[in-house]
Amino acid sequence: MVDKEGREIREPVSRREFLVKTATSMVLGAVTLGALSRTPAYAGDTAAVPAAGSDSRATAVKEWPVNGDWENRIRRLEQDLERALGKPVEQRKWGMVIDLRRCVGCRACTVACKAENHLPPGVVYRPVMEEERGTYPEVQRRFLPRPCMHCEKPPCVAVCPVKATYKRPDGIVAIDYNRCIGCRYCLAACPYGARSFDSGRFYTQDTPLLEPYESEPALEYGKQWPRQKGRSPIGNARKCTFCLHRLQAGQLPACVTTCLGGATCFGDLNDPRSMVREWLAREGLMRLKEELGTEPQVYYLT
Amino acid sequence: MKKISWIITIAALLVGAIGVYQYLVFGEQAAGYSSAVPWGLGVATYMLASGLSAGIYLLTSLVYICGVKELEPFRQVGLVAALSALLAALVAIGLDLGHLGRAWRIFISPNPHSPMAWMVWLYTIYFLLLILQLYFDSRGDSAPAPDAGTTEIPGDKRPGRYLAITGVLVALAFSGGLGALLGVVQARPYWSNPLLPVMFLVAALASGSALLIFVVAVVNPDQQDEETGRAINLLARIVVGLLVFYLLFELAEMLLGSYYLSPSHALPYQLILTGPNWWIFWVVHLVVGALIPVLLLVRGNITAKTAGWAGFLITLGFLGVRYNIVVPGLLAPPFTALPSAYSEPGLAYTYVPTLNEWLVVLFVLALGVFIFKLGIEYLPFSRRPDNAVTPPAHHVETGADLSRRYS
Ligand code: SF4
Ligand code: SF4
Repeated sequence: MVDKEGREIREPVSRREFLVKTATSMVLGAVTLGALSRTPAYAGDTAAVPAAGSDSRATAVKEWPVNGDWENRIRRLEQDLERALGKPVEQRKWGMVIDLRRCVGCRACTVACKAENHLPPGVVYRPVMEEERGTYPEVQRRFLPRPCMHCEKPPCVAVCPVKATYKRPDGIVAIDYNRCIGCRYCLAACPYGARSFDSGRFYTQDTPLLEPYESEPALEYGKQWPRQKGRSPIGNARKCTFCLHRLQAGQLPACVTTCLGGATCFGDLNDPRSMVREWLAREGLMRLKEELGTEPQVYYLT
Repeated sequence: MKKISWIITIAALLVGAIGVYQYLVFGEQAAGYSSAVPWGLGVATYMLASGLSAGIYLLTSLVYICGVKELEPFRQVGLVAALSALLAALVAIGLDLGHLGRAWRIFISPNPHSPMAWMVWLYTIYFLLLILQLYFDSRGDSAPAPDAGTTEIPGDKRPGRYLAITGVLVALAFSGGLGALLGVVQARPYWSNPLLPVMFLVAALASGSALLIFVVAVVNPDQQDEETGRAINLLARIVVGLLVFYLLFELAEMLLGSYYLSPSHALPYQLILTGPNWWIFWVVHLVVGALIPVLLLVRGNITAKTAGWAGFLITLGFLGVRYNIVVPGLLAPPFTALPSAYSEPGLAYTYVPTLNEWLVVLFVLALGVFIFKLGIEYLPFSRRPDNAVTPPAHHVETGADLSRRYS
């Protein structure tokens, strides 16, 4: 009941999903651990509740509402991530599903990404687009976060004259900052406007003090990139990396962990047990500008 | 007069150098292009200069390929102009790069898929061909053939002929290739037009022949009047024809474009025709760059100087044409809601060239003129004796036996 109430308060919009999940947990409660091994991975947590006993310290955590709440979804995604990282890199295929019904337009992801990657003015990896439909009182506001789509057939890679931008075996479209000549052809070629050019601006450049934190190294691609004139990433194309440096450290992309609505799901599309794969099977799946044939690896649930 | 033009050129170079300095010191913030509109005036200028180089080269190579005698006396000056325009184009695009110091990578690890990589390779071949041709030309005209053992006759331009044929192919490839560079970008419906390479080729020929008129009539006036007159008569016809041909392309494009409804298709046309910069299309391109010069050129009794300035106007008009191809294509945001999604400097879907960008354009153009002036002044083309300058009349009529004209 706590579970049920908790879910109802947190996610009033998603009744269909709530019903499905409540039913699932009831079924799961009734079956044995052995039988659970064939069910989706989050069932493991659910089953652990009775097993842990009510007096252990772990219970304090495990008594949290189990299925679908924010914390556990993140845990689930982290487990998916761990599993994927256990595989050779070419067997992973990172992808993202963004549930637009859950997006509240708070832009926590945009800001978290800005902070994580130390993005200067003029560079944004994950803006949230906003659209208002209808007229008052029948009015609806919709939000659409737009990271890099990590296209399966990326036009940005095709045009880069020096192969500075390339598709990694795990599907991430990356930029080798030290190769990029800053021609911005890829910016012109990306149909999603997902690339930015770092023209060397600083937020505090016209103030009495250029704040030192602005020059501190970003950790993109697992390296240190201090922002200094004439050095990469200044003068380069930049883009969302699915927080590759965080993935390598076993962490989810910053936008995923900060998403208030729990709208962003990330994981290995090759892993049939992963949550992204579950979300992919839901109704209302779409990709942006499908007609261009770029085959984005970022999906939306509408 | 000569002195004044040198002073003006050097002054323009120095003033323009301020812009280059700002680029080097303040980086790309000194420019108006941004994440949202990644290319601007710099790329337009590069495209203009690249097209001018190809156009002049193709025209002056007609001498070899088709035996057009009228242009023969101006072939070397044409080669120098083509070389100067090429260098100006390369400097323009070089200054536009975020990391010019890494451009060598295009030679070491090019992406064969990228039209930009192809362009750089073609420019390199073209540059070498131009240098070789200038070398053979100066050798052939100013000195006896050094290797007397061969059958080569002094003044025989056989190696030049093969070079010219190769050069024509390369110039055709890169002037059209520039259109392909934009044409392959499916993300920008305004560019993604299979006819773009052909339009670029016609634009290159039209603007190149216009600049050649200017060079022949105004910059290089120490030719004989008769020669100049003949060349201008021919060039005037060529340039008017090509310009009209280009305008026809453009008319088709605009008419069809005006039917498009999706914002990314329709917006560039709306911006060109009625946007805040409408004057670039209507005034710079159509009135200054087409109507006035064409009216001047089709008059029967035109002086060489007037024709030259008409050519200059057409060339100027093509800067507007190039700008209107590059920039409006980028001004249409990929999603209508994207411009308002996140607002800060560098993310606005607008573009206004900064003073700095104009200074860089000035620098690039002045550099082109400077190299050209150096070239015609100091390259060892000895002026041919007057009797050899005017081709005998029967050659003009028949257009035959080109390679042995001076033997
Ligand atoms: S969204 Fe744009 S930047 Fe990202 S992979 Fe696709 S084309 Fe490249
Ligand atoms: S800006 Fe950099 S990554 Fe983009 S196409 Fe040019 S060299 Fe490649």
